[in-house]
Amino acid sequence: MIPELGQIALSLALAVALFLSFVSLYGAWKADASLMSFARPAAQSIALLVAFAFGCLVHAFVVNDFSVAYVATNSNSALPLQYRVAGAWGGHEGSLLLWTLILGVWMTAVSLFSRHLPEEMSSRVLGVMGLISAGFLAFMLFTSNPFDRLLPAAADGRDLNPLLQDPGMVLHPPMLYMGYVGFSVAFAFAVAALLAGRLDATWARWSRPWTTVAWMFLTVGIALGSGWAYYELGWGGWWFWDPVENASFMPWLCGTALIHSLAVTEKRGAFRSWTVLLAIFAFALSLLGTFLVRSGVLTSVHAFAVDPKRGVFILALFALLVGGALALYVWRTARIGLGGSFAPVSRESFLLANNVLLAAAAGTVFLGTLYPLALDALGAGKISVGPQYFEAVFVPIMAPALFLMGVGPFVRWKHSSLPELAVLLRWALAVSLALGLLLPLAMGNWSAMVGFGLSLALWVVLTSLLSLKKGARTRSHYGMVVAHIGVAVFVVGVTLVKGYEAEKDASMRPGDKVELAGHVFLLEGVASVAGPNYQAARAKVSVSRDGRPLTVLHPERRIYTVQQSPMTEAAIDTGFTRDLYVSLGDPLERGAWLVKVQYKPFIDWIWGGCLIMALGGLLAASDRRYRFGIEKKSETFVEARA
Amino acid sequence: MSARAWVPAIFIALLLLLAAGLTLNPREVPSPLVGKAAPPFELPLLSEPGKSFASKDRLGSVWLLNVWASWCVSCRDEHPVLLELAKSGAVPVYGLNYKDRREDGLRWLAAYGDPYRLSVVDAEGRIGIDYGVYGVPETYVIDKRGVIRYKQIGPVTREIVAQKILPLVGQLGRE
Repeated sequence: MIPELGQIALSLALAVALFLSFVSLYGAWKADASLMSFARPAAQSIALLVAFAFGCLVHAFVVNDFSVAYVATNSNSALPLQYRVAGAWGGHEGSLLLWTLILGVWMTAVSLFSRHLPEEMSSRVLGVMGLISAGFLAFMLFTSNPFDRLLPAAADGRDLNPLLQDPGMVLHPPMLYMGYVGFSVAFAFAVAALLAGRLDATWARWSRPWTTVAWMFLTVGIALGSGWAYYELGWGGWWFWDPVENASFMPWLCGTALIHSLAVTEKRGAFRSWTVLLAIFAFALSLLGTFLVRSGVLTSVHAFAVDPKRGVFILALFALLVGGALALYVWRTARIGLGGSFAPVSRESFLLANNVLLAAAAGTVFLGTLYPLALDALGAGKISVGPQYFEAVFVPIMAPALFLMGVGPFVRWKHSSLPELAVLLRWALAVSLALGLLLPLAMGNWSAMVGFGLSLALWVVLTSLLSLKKGARTRSHYGMVVAHIGVAVFVVGVTLVKGYEAEKDASMRPGDKVELAGHVFLLEGVASVAGPNYQAARAKVSVSRDGRPLTVLHPERRIYTVQQSPMTEAAIDTGFTRDLYVSLGDPLERGAWLVKVQYKPFIDWIWGGCLIMALGGLLAASDRRYRFGIEKKSETFVEARA
Repeated sequence: MSARAWVPAIFIALLLLLAAGLTLNPREVPSPLVGKAAPPFELPLLSEPGKSFASKDRLGSVWLLNVWASWCVSCRDEHPVLLELAKSGAVPVYGLNYKDRREDGLRWLAAYGDPYRLSVVDAEGRIGIDYGVYGVPETYVIDKRGVIRYKQIGPVTREIVAQKILPLVGQLGRE
């Protein structure tokens, strides 16, 4: 009964979504206030209906209702409760439902925080979001219904994929979707502004906090996914340039560019048509990511169920939403002026360079991700594009971006002087170069790559701190400084891991020792342990340094009973300056085990940097001018129209 | 073309590419074994561990080797198709019970039906390594001279039987 209620709620939500997009888009076109007044309640009811459906699905998981096909494929009665709840978004159908639910959350947020916007603007924004949610609800109901019944009911479920039975996986999809779907707000604002034919500073100001918050969630989501891959896949890698990882990274790069370009559009009225294009692209890339993950056109660690019908549906949705927005863009932007002019050395030109570099980075990732597909489509053979490509093209693009990041905050709008900048920043440059090049010596192993990376990171930190003295004392300025420092922390992590990580594979019997980077790892024994839904071999490895005991680690090799899949559960000793990473491999002959020990200097700085970036985004988005300034601005906007 | 018109043009090209991608299967890796002699094996039978079956006994006739296991979920999906194929008598199907426990395998065949002339046991997966098995189920069409002529990775469907396996088996039978 309850799954049917969920199904009815979804069907109702689809009807309300279609109603919402009609009344708000048509109402805004005809300037009909009575039609537009339906927009807010309709948007909120979609959110409530989808939330109810989501509750029904979670209920089916919690009570082990294996007559629901989706529950039977993704859960098991022996699965611990927290993973039964998270199992609701562990598979294709449920994660679409989560997607739609989060869209509902964003729609509700827009309906609540857009009271100061002109009615037509907020109405169009909600109308566009209503269209998106109608598309996804239809996708779910027609091709991937989470409430489909299985008759006769299964006796027990096939269990959740063991890789997903992890706390990181419980949080990663909601965070990532908050980011992906959050870009739909910037997209809806862009389309609404195109429809109204007014792309001005006010539009940019309204879009900014939404874009920043979505970007912040996406940053956290990607960091969680990367952290999960690091400790759960058991190889110690943190980024694999896998197609699905790239699918989340492209919207991030594009969203980062959008945040910066919105600043120019708001402050100087320049780059308008570029900014609106970026807003469309950021969401288009999120949709593309959804397509790549859900259609199975690319092979990846996220190998989800492949159903051609789903691929066609989501491609059609992609074509409709993005194609429509792009057509509107081509049609409308002919009328938009260029905005304020600027000199070659100015804040505008530096942000332009930032945008060019970030767009180029997104472009190279895009190329590398889709190249195998293009070759295959042309019948030119099957290839895969590996990390070598991405690293070779990515570093040369990001290094100048990091350098500019240091200078940008000191450049004035419209016109600035280079000699003045040089005088201002020469000490920061000298100190970061000297320290950056000397620090690797102190670590005992100098390499140009490490010196270069550390210099860039120091440069960003020093200039950011220096800009605190000069810049405006606003939250958005502090937010920028914090986010830039986050980038520097991230760069330190990547540089030192790449430069100094070490690993050893050893065949060990109890009592054997292996030495790595000054640490001695002693395998004390391997015991058999039973978990709730798995059997495990658990090793006891004690680690000592200079003869002093440091810690005891318990890496496991698990066999999940239902799916019979082996899983490596690495044991990690996390530290501020290094991780010790031990994973237990296959049993070898005569009581020996394959043991992999790894030394990962500064690896946690990678995710720490991401969290600091996100914190910066939060600071910037909470700037008071977005909260109080809007009212005043929107009044002048209405007057200008009248 | 103006600069703005390039944006939709590129977008349409992308859509065409993605649409083309939907018709392709990225998991369909061309097997280097197709056209090569099937790696020979002699393995104990699943039903009678005392007896064994050698692949060279099949020289002179066309046959199918299907890799299956009781723990494999998609094997259950292809099972009705294999049963139909075996019943039609078009080609004999031999099973390679891969990394499985004997009692589980026997129970599975008792529950879902047995399409196989016989199944051999590859508990350690050593023959699977020779054949390059990387996902169960997999199905090989082997000709009269013992050469692999076709490899299906993943479940066999009715379409694959009708469009690929049966025509190929017919052609190989006449060779």
